[in-house]
Amino acid sequence: MIAEAGLAALWLAAGLAALQFVLMILALRSDFEAARAMRSIAVVQGVLTLVAFAMLLIVFARSDMSVLLVFENSSAVKPFIYKVAGAWGNHEGSMLMWVTILAVAGAFVALLAHRTSERTLLAALGAQAVLALGFYAFLLIASNPFARLWPAPPDGQGLNPLLQDPGLAFHPPTLYLGYVGLSVAFSLAVGALLTGEVDSRLARAMRPWVLGAWILLTLGITAGSYWAYYELGWGGYWFWDPVENASLMPWLAATALLHSINVLAARGALKAWTMMLAVIAFSMSMVGTFLVRSGILTSVHAFAIDPQRGTFLLALLAIYVGAAFILFAVRGASLKEGAPFELISRESGLVINNLILSVVLGVVFVGTLYPLFVEAVSGEKLSVGAPYFNAVAGPLALILAVLVGIGPLLAWRRERRQVFKRLTIPALLGITAVVITIILWPSMHILPRLGFTVAAYLAAASILPLIGRNPFRAPLATWGMVMAHFGIAVALLGMAANAAFTSERLAIAKPGDTLTVGPWLILLQDVTPTAGKNWTAVEAELRATRGSAVVTLKPQTRYFSDPPTETNESAIQTFWNGQLYTVVGKPDASGAWQLRLWWKPFVTLIWAGGALIALGGALALVGRLWRLAWRRRPDADWRRERYT
Amino acid sequence: MSRALRFAPLTVLLLIIVALIWRLATPADSNVHSTLEGKTVPAFALAAILPNKPPLSSADLANGQPHLVNVFASWCVPCVTEVKVLQTLKGSGVRVEGIAIRDRPADLSQFLASNGDPYERIGSDPQSQVQISLGSSGVPESFVVDGRGVIRYQHIGPIERSDVPTILSKLEQAK
Repeated sequence: MIAEAGLAALWLAAGLAALQFVLMILALRSDFEAARAMRSIAVVQGVLTLVAFAMLLIVFARSDMSVLLVFENSSAVKPFIYKVAGAWGNHEGSMLMWVTILAVAGAFVALLAHRTSERTLLAALGAQAVLALGFYAFLLIASNPFARLWPAPPDGQGLNPLLQDPGLAFHPPTLYLGYVGLSVAFSLAVGALLTGEVDSRLARAMRPWVLGAWILLTLGITAGSYWAYYELGWGGYWFWDPVENASLMPWLAATALLHSINVLAARGALKAWTMMLAVIAFSMSMVGTFLVRSGILTSVHAFAIDPQRGTFLLALLAIYVGAAFILFAVRGASLKEGAPFELISRESGLVINNLILSVVLGVVFVGTLYPLFVEAVSGEKLSVGAPYFNAVAGPLALILAVLVGIGPLLAWRRERRQVFKRLTIPALLGITAVVITIILWPSMHILPRLGFTVAAYLAAASILPLIGRNPFRAPLATWGMVMAHFGIAVALLGMAANAAFTSERLAIAKPGDTLTVGPWLILLQDVTPTAGKNWTAVEAELRATRGSAVVTLKPQTRYFSDPPTETNESAIQTFWNGQLYTVVGKPDASGAWQLRLWWKPFVTLIWAGGALIALGGALALVGRLWRLAWRRRPDADWRRERYT
Repeated sequence: MSRALRFAPLTVLLLIIVALIWRLATPADSNVHSTLEGKTVPAFALAAILPNKPPLSSADLANGQPHLVNVFASWCVPCVTEVKVLQTLKGSGVRVEGIAIRDRPADLSQFLASNGDPYERIGSDPQSQVQISLGSSGVPESFVVDGRGVIRYQHIGPIERSDVPTILSKLEQAK
């Protein structure tokens, strides 16, 4: 019954989405009375999808094997949390989660958005409903999560062991929330293009959604990077894998949007550009979903390989993005640009920021899809890897990081103060870093050396907006910005230290052997079998000593029975100045074991920086929402609009 | 903003959509194609490893008949299951030749005794030299070689039951 209830809720929600679309057309033809129902419909639709998703969670939690999806992706012996997480660790469930978040976001827009004009809001709600409608059709026609299996088998086939990890249980939902938060920006942009009301009110309504989505994408990427680091056992934090790129591209677009939207909100300028970015940011989310779900690019992440699903998603992508681009092409001409600004001003700083971010986005996009184009045109197969991305995106990112220190110091419209004087101390710190690295490590590669330099400069430059004023009277959003920019410096320092100072050791060792890596002496004490709830493993016991410090690490190679898979569970010990990273591999015929050991100084700063960036975003979001709540302008309030 | 600029995103999107449709329509070929396909087997003459098996040399392959050359070892676990499939192929009239990699006579005869013996000849490659010259990076791997000694197909990994039709058709084409 539960599965059927979920399916029924999904059908009802789809019907309401269709109704919402029809009402949007009425709203655009100025039949406001009929269209007022849209807000309530959007809320009910959101609730219905939540019901459907709750039903899916229940069948997974109960291990109801009469549901095909549960049988294929779960197993009765799995720990409870992974039974629940199994609900979205598969294609159908993750698409249901996607549409649930989409519809709930629509409900929140309907409940909370009071700042845009009523017409634009209704158009945006209609656009959100059309987005949802496509995914309802996808679920109901091609990927029904509630399909039954008769007779019910006694046990399921299990969940991919790589996914049986607490980090990964929450990684996809975080990214999805981010992707779908961008759908609101997309819908608002489409709504505003339809009504022609692209103004600062729209920007202020859009900003919290973009900020919220951006925070979640930042967290999702940071967490995903750490997951890949410790779970895949390669010791790297970023692989330029197509699917990693797929999550990076919306983040880059959202970062650009986050900055340009401030120009629109404060100065009414960059209208067409900001609308374009809002469309592109969500388009990149859809491209990301398509790449992961269609499996057309070879990747460790390509889970679902099914041409029919790929075709369906591609059709949705083409329709939505194509329609938005056509709308942009037709309506873009009527957008009047706002207040002018001079060459050295906050506005032009943000324009340069946007340009660089867009170029990086282009670089990643081209690098990800280039092999596809080459094969389509010439039949030749090739792959684009880290050397290309690092060489092209690395220097651009460093230039951007330099500008991050300058931009926030500039005034709107026209900069009259001596900005560069304020940057003296940061610049001196940067120069000191160059000199120190040249003296101590003359053979260091150029990129990490520049990384240290820019990190030292930016760490100081990023806090300048709080200097010279009473920092406790500065808006929370300013604190957020400072923290996020400081986070970039921290992450950069971690990347540079990791690139410059990592020691790596690959060895074959027998119990009793001692190896060195970096400052550590590592003794392989023993290798023993061990077992967990649904796996068996061999576990190495390593005793690591550095001076008086002694730690024991226990890396494992795990064998899962259903489905049969092998994973490397690295053992990582974190110290204030770095991480010791160990992996045990296979034995050879003589009873010796493959060991991979790394000493990675300050590598944790990479993720600490990512967390700081997200935290900065959260501070800014709280600050913005606080202001929205307390300074609601009567003229922008739809409830008043109705009675006047 | 100029008209061309406004329509630029749409044009780029169309290009991408076309490329993606093409990719969906022609899924990527995940098979590894050997660069040695179409080339003559490098010259080699391997010693015998078992007293009752003739040794294998490249001259034995260019005798006018197609052969399936199987690179294997008694210490290789997937080879155990593969040998049974090779028996089936032998039953369909395929000449299976073996190259035993880093193997010992006692282990090998034990392996053949307990799993079956589909091989006409077995050459011993104690240092993997012939294996490397064939462009094989692991065991098991198999090569379809035609009657003139030219490599027509390389199969990486064990030959499963589901691979039998492919192997048979490649051998048929090599006639």
